[in-house]
Amino acid sequence: MTETAVPVLQAKSLTKRYGRVVAIDGSDLDLLPGEILAVIGDNGAGKSSLIKALSGALVPDSGEILLDGQPVRFRNPMEARAAGIETVYQTLAVAPGLDIADNLFLGREQRRAGPLGSVLRMLDRKGMRSEAARHMSELGVGTLQNIGQAVESLSGGQRQAVAVARSAAFGSKVVILDEPTAALGVKEGNRVLQLIRDVRDRGLPVILISHNMPHVFEVADRIHIQRLGRRIAVIDPGEHSMSDAVAIMTGAAPPP
Amino acid sequence: MSATAADFEVRRPDSFGLRLQHRLHGNPVLGPLAVLMVAIVAFSIVNSRFFSAANLSLVLLQVTVIATLALGQTLIILTAGIDLSAGAIAVFSSILMALFATDAGVPAPLALLLGFACGTAMGAINGILVTRIKLPPFIVTLGTLTIFFSLNSVVSNSETVRGADMPGLMTWTGDAIPIGDFRLSYGSIIMLLLFGFFAYALTWTAWGKHVYATGDDVEAARLAGIRTGRVLFSVYTTAGLLYAVAGWILIGRLASASPNVGTEYNLDSITAVVLGGTSLFGGRGGVIGTLIGALIVGVFRNGLQLAGVEVVWQGFAIGLLVLIAVSLDQWIRKVKS
Repeated sequence: MTETAVPVLQAKSLTKRYGRVVAIDGSDLDLLPGEILAVIGDNGAGKSSLIKALSGALVPDSGEILLDGQPVRFRNPMEARAAGIETVYQTLAVAPGLDIADNLFLGREQRRAGPLGSVLRMLDRKGMRSEAARHMSELGVGTLQNIGQAVESLSGGQRQAVAVARSAAFGSKVVILDEPTAALGVKEGNRVLQLIRDVRDRGLPVILISHNMPHVFEVADRIHIQRLGRRIAVIDPGEHSMSDAVAIMTGAAPPP
Repeated sequence: MSATAADFEVRRPDSFGLRLQHRLHGNPVLGPLAVLMVAIVAFSIVNSRFFSAANLSLVLLQVTVIATLALGQTLIILTAGIDLSAGAIAVFSSILMALFATDAGVPAPLALLLGFACGTAMGAINGILVTRIKLPPFIVTLGTLTIFFSLNSVVSNSETVRGADMPGLMTWTGDAIPIGDFRLSYGSIIMLLLFGFFAYALTWTAWGKHVYATGDDVEAARLAGIRTGRVLFSVYTTAGLLYAVAGWILIGRLASASPNVGTEYNLDSITAVVLGGTSLFGGRGGVIGTLIGALIVGVFRNGLQLAGVEVVWQGFAIGLLVLIAVSLDQWIRKVKS
């Protein structure tokens, strides 16, 4: 592989064992600036463990993680987030009863300026709402007219859009999306794919974990194939077919 | 009317039931408010004495202690918890502050603060058991309910401390400002100010958002970066303090501190919260609803009394109201997107 740029996020021979089970077996990963890197692999190939290590949800036994070329260690998801890595979990992590703006700013609410904010700890609801509306429209989620609408009244795709918008709004380095289209219909799935492209086009590199080969081939710039706990290939979706990818993933074909 | 997921689809005209469901879903205070209004009008028609200033101030006086307890209870129920020890903490705190001020001879303001500190500590014990040992709130507070009542009997020797033996500050909450025939007690004023304060804190501060998010889906809140353990601990501890304030108001109301009252307070506080439209499943509702819920209980008790209904049937009516309120909540939660 030709290294034209310093990878934004890099994993070097990460290992994670649970007793005698090896979840990650010396796996590498490279995420280049401005790309969508899809991570595919069969069940048990260690892709979710690998992603958890990158997002701080799991501490690897050995190996190294580099962010912008600097070694980093995350003991929990908060530390990874503070470093600029935002993860959208499969479970979405939105509070259904709160509205869109509240969810976008959940855990990092902004207070009013002056004594109202410092003494009364009053939230800047107006500011957060207009900023939330700006983020949503920047990502082309125009159908959401009402930023004060409760998230539970949204469809699956719209909830996903809220979660993706949150990660794009606050992720300064990397956005990781875990199966963002798994629970969605065709139309909504396509909207979310467009959303992922929009995030990349704004300059944020994206790691996309997905089982859905058509989706992966539609948006990914490169495809990282995980097998038996390690990266066995990185392919260009323009040069390989879906059946090639599946064959490499399952071990039916040798990696290129 | 909120636009929903059907942005892409052709909207069918909604039935009245669906529209009502959505309206109540968006604003859970409307239901209880309607019940309160209807009850007030109905009881006023049945007995003209009901809607007199003197009687209405009596209703407010009667609900003040329960409303204050229910305020703390609301915070806990919003996090999908429950507190069976609310009344026990209030009564034990009232005994402790009374004994500090009399037997221990501590100056009244200090005795009061010590009583508040004890209530806060009891709430903190609940909070630690829920967040650290990770026991279900129902079990934790069932245990502490029994423990606090038992300690209460030991410490007080099951004896009542008379208000006349206490410094004036301890019974001050029972004093009232007359506004015409309406007598507004200082206890009621404290209660209303506390409701105002927490209505603000829940809707306008990050802490409030975190309380709702934690009750809504604790795992989602954690993944969003909220320290849910801290939120839960803060809620149980704050509730403990509120219960102790309720204990102070109770001394003023009874003009004594008695260890033998308040066994019914635990469940009555939950009744007020539920009638106020706060969901037992967490994440939905608010303190204004609880104030209305407490007033509903007070209005029904008082109104049925004036209408000549026997005390035993008053309980029956309140129980029926609770069941209706919970059924309504279940229906509202089924709102389709």
